[in-house]
Amino acid sequence: MEEAILRVFRGDSNGGEERIYRVPLKPGMVVLDAIHYIQAHYDADLAVRWNCKAARCGSCSAEVNGRPRLMCKTRLDEFRGTDVRVYPLKTFPLIKDLVTDVSWNYQVARQIPPFTHKEPEGKPFIVHQVDVERAQEFHKCIECFLCQNVCHVLRDHEGQSAYFGPRSMVKIASLEMHPKDVLDRTGLLREKGGIAYCNITKCCEDLCPEEIHITDNAIIPLKERVADKYYDPLRALLRSLAPSRRREEST
Amino acid sequence: MEQYEIFEHDVLVIGAGGAGLRAAIAAAEAGLTVGLVCKSLLGKAHTVMAEGGIAAALGGVDPQDNWQVHFADTMRGGQFINDWRMAEIHAKEAPERVLELERWGALFDRTPEGKILQRPFGAHTYRRLSHVGDRTGLEMIRTLQDRAIQAGIDVYPEVTTTALLKDGARIAGAFGYRRETGRFILFPAKAVILATGGWGRIWQVTSNSWESTGDGAAMAYEVGADLRDVEMMQVHPTGMVWPPGVRGLLVTEAVRGEGGVLRNSQGERFMLRYDPQKKDLSSRDVVARAINQEVLEGRGSPHGGAFLDVTPLGADRIRQKLPNMYDQYLKLADIDITKVPMEVAPTVHYAMGGLRVEPESGATTVPGLYAAGEVASGLHGANRLGGNSLSDLVVFGKRAGECAATYSRDLPATLQVPRDVVEAEIVRVLAPFERDGNENPFLLHEELQATMQERASIIRTGEGLQKALEKILELKERSRRTRITGSRMYNPGWHMTIDLDCMLTLSEAVVRAAIARRESRGAHYRLDHPNKDPEFGKLNIIARKSRGEMTITTVPVPPMPEELARLFT
Amino acid sequence: MITQTRSPAVSSAVRPIRQDAWWVGPLITVVVVVVFAVYAVWAAAQGTNYRVEPYLSPFYSPVLGEGWWTLSPAFLVIWIPLGFRLTCYYFRKTYYRSFFGDPPACALPERRGASYTGESRFPFILQNLHRYFLYLAILLVVVHWYETIQAFVFDGRFGIGLGTLFLLAEAVLLSGYVFSCHSFRHLVGGCLDCYSHSALGRARHRVWSRVSLMNERHHLYFWASLIAVWAADLYVRLLASGAIGDPRIIF
Repeated sequence: MEEAILRVFRGDSNGGEERIYRVPLKPGMVVLDAIHYIQAHYDADLAVRWNCKAARCGSCSAEVNGRPRLMCKTRLDEFRGTDVRVYPLKTFPLIKDLVTDVSWNYQVARQIPPFTHKEPEGKPFIVHQVDVERAQEFHKCIECFLCQNVCHVLRDHEGQSAYFGPRSMVKIASLEMHPKDVLDRTGLLREKGGIAYCNITKCCEDLCPEEIHITDNAIIPLKERVADKYYDPLRALLRSLAPSRRREEST
Repeated sequence: MEQYEIFEHDVLVIGAGGAGLRAAIAAAEAGLTVGLVCKSLLGKAHTVMAEGGIAAALGGVDPQDNWQVHFADTMRGGQFINDWRMAEIHAKEAPERVLELERWGALFDRTPEGKILQRPFGAHTYRRLSHVGDRTGLEMIRTLQDRAIQAGIDVYPEVTTTALLKDGARIAGAFGYRRETGRFILFPAKAVILATGGWGRIWQVTSNSWESTGDGAAMAYEVGADLRDVEMMQVHPTGMVWPPGVRGLLVTEAVRGEGGVLRNSQGERFMLRYDPQKKDLSSRDVVARAINQEVLEGRGSPHGGAFLDVTPLGADRIRQKLPNMYDQYLKLADIDITKVPMEVAPTVHYAMGGLRVEPESGATTVPGLYAAGEVASGLHGANRLGGNSLSDLVVFGKRAGECAATYSRDLPATLQVPRDVVEAEIVRVLAPFERDGNENPFLLHEELQATMQERASIIRTGEGLQKALEKILELKERSRRTRITGSRMYNPGWHMTIDLDCMLTLSEAVVRAAIARRESRGAHYRLDHPNKDPEFGKLNIIARKSRGEMTITTVPVPPMPEELARLFT
Repeated sequence: MITQTRSPAVSSAVRPIRQDAWWVGPLITVVVVVVFAVYAVWAAAQGTNYRVEPYLSPFYSPVLGEGWWTLSPAFLVIWIPLGFRLTCYYFRKTYYRSFFGDPPACALPERRGASYTGESRFPFILQNLHRYFLYLAILLVVVHWYETIQAFVFDGRFGIGLGTLFLLAEAVLLSGYVFSCHSFRHLVGGCLDCYSHSALGRARHRVWSRVSLMNERHHLYFWASLIAVWAADLYVRLLASGAIGDPRIIF
């Protein structure tokens, strides 16, 4: 029977090692299937986070041969002839084996002011497909945090204190472009959110499993909105002459 | 003795899917302190897998729709063993809950007039399912998650609860451990809401994630709560078949809702034979058995299923309306569904049965213990209609949250958690590290799944069920000899031993209830009793722990009041 | 500034890095950009051989400063396309990757640590001025089309030479590049939150959608227009110096 050779990182914050496992191949097998095989037949304590195995929940993020991806969506037949090296996400503190501590992402999420509207009680919203489409793209996010992991600001410059990361930018974009939202989050973006730390090198967009255009549709439009507010004297002048729809400041 | 952390709350919610989040929000908005415990990270619960939509008679697309029609559809679908009052509450309150989600930021697909778009679905008379493409559950959970975070709820992610604790007859809290470290936590609480979902993982071919191991139902059973109609397990007609790794993965009913048709290997649209009226959108039990029958009679697809064809819709519409399905088949099965039909077969999907609850409040038979969502029973009867689960979560999640809050606030006594019970629980949970044994929990689980799949799935017989029961009791015995190595830190083998206990309890209840229901109704099909029996149509089957043993009894289905019964004449 | 530090995730095992030829893209970029830059500076500094009736080199279009400017007239114009391109969201990505290695390619280890500040400090904070270069670039597009139309006129009569085609291609591709710009996309409709409730919202949504489609190919327009302007200048220059003749297609 054909076999795949998996080299899986085993260890915790005190260090670790690579362990080699031979796993019999079945048609259409994905990396997560192989990890489950290892658990059932070799090492029951191999730690991995997973839920749906259908690329819906975004739990099984890892780095396969140096590329951050969802294990449930990474087919083993892609790697015929080479070993498959499975490592935990680099950007987040390691807990054990393939499991990392992603709680920082949730802490950041708490700092984003929620959806806020001023519609009268008891009346359904009247909004059209053209109004919701942009934000719907951002609502596809499954919070796998692969974008946060690959973002070099967070990954290599350890910039968690300076930049909220691509996932948060997508979240903020979904709120800012919500047709009924009345808050203005550009101040947050410029200060604590640290949008200027993003140098739009697009790695987040390149590997988003939901194919959200993180850079082109979320971050760049947000940068433009920040520029509208803070770096465009002409617009400021126009705004002061003809105040359009007022948005509430929030930081 | 082992140390443990203690976190006290007025209300403790176990499970952070749609029902748990909605319950937690309701209890927090009532001004109480709320703890929310979940086995996974926040926002990963099984609700994200819900695809097709949320059923509510908004009447935005078909103005004739109203709560009475929705109520009647639900009761008919459930073959009249549902709790009529739950179906009534559900049909009346679902529209409010959908609009509430919108006011909390959810973005549903729109009609040209700017209202919420609704799509047709199996056995719903009118177009009723509000949706966001084929990822409605994700939209719902994210909306509720944001709301819950802002409501000041304390979330305990990646914590497994292993037992409910009582002070006398009343619930006094729950006990569990952090999956990350293996450290124990005690959660004293006057009211506990279970929102732990179903137990699809006891079958081999299932659309359920690993979390669906029936923890909540099993824990509640252990403290004396009633399980009702657990033989009713919905088999979704369309799951993926090939390749083996994805077998059972759900193919949303929205595929048929949008116009996809089922064909057998001869290209025949066989649903015309089984249900000429509703055809491919017949109720799920009918479609599932039809596919099964086609395969048995030699007209199945190459890997033992049927073909589901959406190609006539055109590539653009498929990619717009069914983006996840398109992606799922392309990435996992190398099949472009805009060009060739999918191969599908039935997959275990949803537990209609579950904890017996009060229709108004979600209170179980144990004081202080509430349940909402899939873990509860009553709304769906013998067969759940697509889209009714998401509305179930928010309608009864909210009610359970409010009622548990009221109960907790009004309870004068301070409750004591008996220390010896906690200590005994610690010993029980740690036993797999200590004891001698050579059983592997993962392989026991595989054996259980194989048995349930073969004998207690879409087609059942009295004899087969009896054999399944023997096997389950054997596995129960062997599960006391599982042995785990490694540390308590994030140890999946250890986690599996805990889950396995719950799954064995549920499997036993399912099989015993299935033996007791000697008829065929909805999802429960007995080859040896292939017809509906009006006598069983008046009964709900109850599994209860009595003197350490599982006993099966029946209770009468509550009779419908006159004005509602008139809807069916 | 970045202050937070965390423990390294994986210590004793060596995290695999991607094995593909990721360096090919950045290398090609560096070569093309350097060659173009050297050529452009040289060509702009010449101050001669930029006009042959009816053609005008796009580097010199429009010709300004006649009578008072003593250096090459190109220097009065060329800063506009230069500034537009340097602040272009696509080109920023490209040169941050290829020239600064921030990061050279996704998920690769970077050397630079806490000194990284993205676009939050001088000089990169000036990237926010992209929109002003856009306004000027739109004017430039108008001028280039005017010059292109002139290139159809030979001694007062309609005609087409090979040079006409070079200028036409340059004008078309420059237009594509300018009107697929992220800032332009923001300006025409991206800045709105709710199309159906805004003045001219539906019309702006239609324009925004078209620009969005073009925006997906912004990088192609970038390179195509760069090569087109280069080719057009080279052609005019060779023609003016007498090295080649201009084949006439219609005259």
